[in-house]
Amino acid sequence: MVMAGLTQQGVFAAEKIDPALVPSVFAPESVPAHSISHLAGLVLAITGAIFVVVAGLLTYAVVRFRRRGNDDGTEPAQIYGSGPVEAAWTTVPFLIVVVLALTTARVIHEIQDARKPVAALDVQVIGHQWWWEFRYPKLGIVTANELHVPVSQGQDRLPTFLELRSADVVHSFWVPRLAGKTDLIPNKVNSMWIEPERPGLYLGQCAKYCGTQHAKMLLRVYVDTREDFDRWVKEQKQLAENDPTAAAGRLVFERTACINCHAVNGTVGNGRFGPDLTHLMGRATLGSGALTNSLEGLRAWIKSPEQFKPGVLMPAMNLNDADLDKLAAYLATLK
Amino acid sequence: MNGTLTTGDISGATALGSIAATEKTVFDHIHSWLVTVDHKRLGLMYIIYALVFFVVAGIEASLIRIQLAAPNNHFLSPQVFNQLFTMHGTTMVFLVGMPMIFGFANYLVPLMIGARDLAFPRLNAFGFWLSVFGGLLLYFSFIGGEGMTGAGSAPDVGWFAYAPLTGKAFSKGHSTDYWILGIMIGGFGSIATAANIITTILCMRCRGMTLAKMPLLAWLNLIMCGMVLIAVSPLTAAQIMLLLDRFAGSHFFDTQAGGSATLWMHFFWIFGHPEVYVLIIPAFAFASEIIPVFSRKAIFGYPVMVGATLAIAFVSLSVWAHHMFTIGMSSTSNTFFAVSTMMVGIPTGIKIFNWLGTMWGGKLRFDTPMLFSTAFLFQFLIAGLTGIMLAAAPFNWQLNDSYFVIAHFHFVLVGALIFMIFAAVYYWFPKATGRLLSERFGKWHFWLFLIGFHMTFVTMHIPGILGMPRRIYTYEAGRGWGIWNLICTIGVAFQVIGTLIFVINILLSLRKGRPAGNDPWDAWTLEWSTSSPPPEYNFAEIPAVKSRRPLWDIKHPSDPDWKYE
Repeated sequence: MVMAGLTQQGVFAAEKIDPALVPSVFAPESVPAHSISHLAGLVLAITGAIFVVVAGLLTYAVVRFRRRGNDDGTEPAQIYGSGPVEAAWTTVPFLIVVVLALTTARVIHEIQDARKPVAALDVQVIGHQWWWEFRYPKLGIVTANELHVPVSQGQDRLPTFLELRSADVVHSFWVPRLAGKTDLIPNKVNSMWIEPERPGLYLGQCAKYCGTQHAKMLLRVYVDTREDFDRWVKEQKQLAENDPTAAAGRLVFERTACINCHAVNGTVGNGRFGPDLTHLMGRATLGSGALTNSLEGLRAWIKSPEQFKPGVLMPAMNLNDADLDKLAAYLATLK
Repeated sequence: MNGTLTTGDISGATALGSIAATEKTVFDHIHSWLVTVDHKRLGLMYIIYALVFFVVAGIEASLIRIQLAAPNNHFLSPQVFNQLFTMHGTTMVFLVGMPMIFGFANYLVPLMIGARDLAFPRLNAFGFWLSVFGGLLLYFSFIGGEGMTGAGSAPDVGWFAYAPLTGKAFSKGHSTDYWILGIMIGGFGSIATAANIITTILCMRCRGMTLAKMPLLAWLNLIMCGMVLIAVSPLTAAQIMLLLDRFAGSHFFDTQAGGSATLWMHFFWIFGHPEVYVLIIPAFAFASEIIPVFSRKAIFGYPVMVGATLAIAFVSLSVWAHHMFTIGMSSTSNTFFAVSTMMVGIPTGIKIFNWLGTMWGGKLRFDTPMLFSTAFLFQFLIAGLTGIMLAAAPFNWQLNDSYFVIAHFHFVLVGALIFMIFAAVYYWFPKATGRLLSERFGKWHFWLFLIGFHMTFVTMHIPGILGMPRRIYTYEAGRGWGIWNLICTIGVAFQVIGTLIFVINILLSLRKGRPAGNDPWDAWTLEWSTSSPPPEYNFAEIPAVKSRRPLWDIKHPSDPDWKYE
């Protein structure tokens, strides 16, 4: 609780920080994250009380029983132990553990065994080195790195259930303000759920070391109002933009190795090794958060991904400047 | 082997010592250390080996902290950063922690139980040299380990080396193989030494020293070595399986061919968690010897201390999956491991209370060993309490793999273990060398290290709570992590200076330290009854004891311990 206070105020004065974008576990905006922060509050209160008592006793002993300057050099009374005292300081911790264990068990059950409502939104999350693939099976949407989910407000509850898989190594999905983390493990299907109660952008990132660019496997979760979410779904379901002015760039895309890894719905590109680009310009970042998404950003990224994300699996395509311009211009039309 | 050596071998270790004394060339000195089977020399070599790697791992940590001091820093590439945290963790656990505790066990156990050496002196030397070879092999990877990033790359898979990142598909080259083999060979050494120490404690105690009259240090090392035997084998087994995956086409952890990533996690943590207690129990052992002497009182609740340690050892074998709360175990499993982990808190709390009980009503002398021990008590308390937070599985879903965890286990491994190792060095250095370490340097060392430690590791809890994951080589500005990381990094400078003073203190005191005499601390256990440094045979006459504090009995003939025990 003290931490929550700290994070909300003063500290941000120095570095220009928007508190809404600080992924603090004590600023929950989703049902499971709230349950956890309540439990955390109780645990902090109990452990805090233990600390005050024990550290107080230790400090008292250090001050009270230190050898004084006028010590006579005799040894103090030798006490070898005490049954009743030992019994007391065994029983009290035991009782504390019972309380903590029962509370913890309740919250584990509450979060993990929560029933999935029929209306819940399903999203498949697939971890890749080093980006996130999101698939909405009931809506037929495929996107990457930036998850859109509807808000769950008032009587109208609408949680999102995530099915977590990995295409390569172990990753972990962590957006602290929405829920605790759950790992994405190859050959294992995990699940978790979020129920965000306030629209906005929530930041997170991969929490399990997954290789060279673990640090730049960033996550953005947009919690949209119902209207915004429905509009977003409608846009995403459309075929890719086919702007005739960018036809030359589309040709470059279709004739280079781009299509081996990337898909653009309605073109020959149907690769799945890299992010789906059908609605690329609907996303704020490139390279899973490595840089801002814009025409210039796209061009720089395609020219040399390594510069922004050393070790990234996307190779530089060695295109000439003219082709680079055309390709970037085409990709920038993929609204 | 040359003729002289053979003669030496036949007539035992004593002859070797006298050769070194009569012929004074440097090579003879080195040779006598290389071939020694004396538990004290091997103990010291273990400790020096560990101190060297402590400095190496400290340099690695400092580089990591410089990189993280500010957002979007370009001091290190991600590849180098990943190697550094892998090597820092691996080094601190396997090349600092393990050899350090075995070094002290080697040196102290025979002296404290009134024996002339370990049960198997040659096995002891074998274990030590295996550990050395393992460590050097691991570090050779900096030159020879062709990894993801070409020639000469150290392992970069993290110290717990999760599958399938360690598979051939994701870890090309040989850096991971160096990690597997270096650690595995060190593990053989650990098993040999653990078996040796157990045998020594069970079979070679002096007359009168029943199990119930052993110094607590001997008890705790007995328990620690028992845990080594149980815990190291699963790691070795898993490493062999991983080698088979990498070279013989098996698929234990090869998820692309149906293998299991979680299997490695279980194998690793059923080693890894008991390993934490393997490292921390010797710290308890040092505290249980040092706190009574500097409080001038017998340890409070000796039988309870032994029982609590046994309880910790037993329960710690059933808590490993608390490292795995986020892997999607059933709610039943999560509850079991949360509750079993919290249970460890009970015997651990009992130990802290007993140390407090020992200090209560004493006359506390705050020489450097006691300063470090007192800091240990506070820091271990905090480590235990953050451990309870992490044991609450849902809270762990937030904190796991964040900087909060890093802060927590550095409170255990630095705040408790390293602080008690410093205490132990200050306490037993006069026994091993005949000279006291300087108290003035000692106090500088203590205060600088204490301030630096708390600046770094108290602060480090906060970025974890603010959502900063571990093992990221850089982070964006604007997340609120920058200022905390900067403070963490500044703290490192204090720790580095403190450690430098410590090293200088050792080097200066070796030559110029105040002569210690047999018993500089007015202590009570057998090692203080022999000369400093002790002769190769330890005791001219094997002692006989009647209580847990034989020297107390001698110093207070009218009021001996054995009347009360």
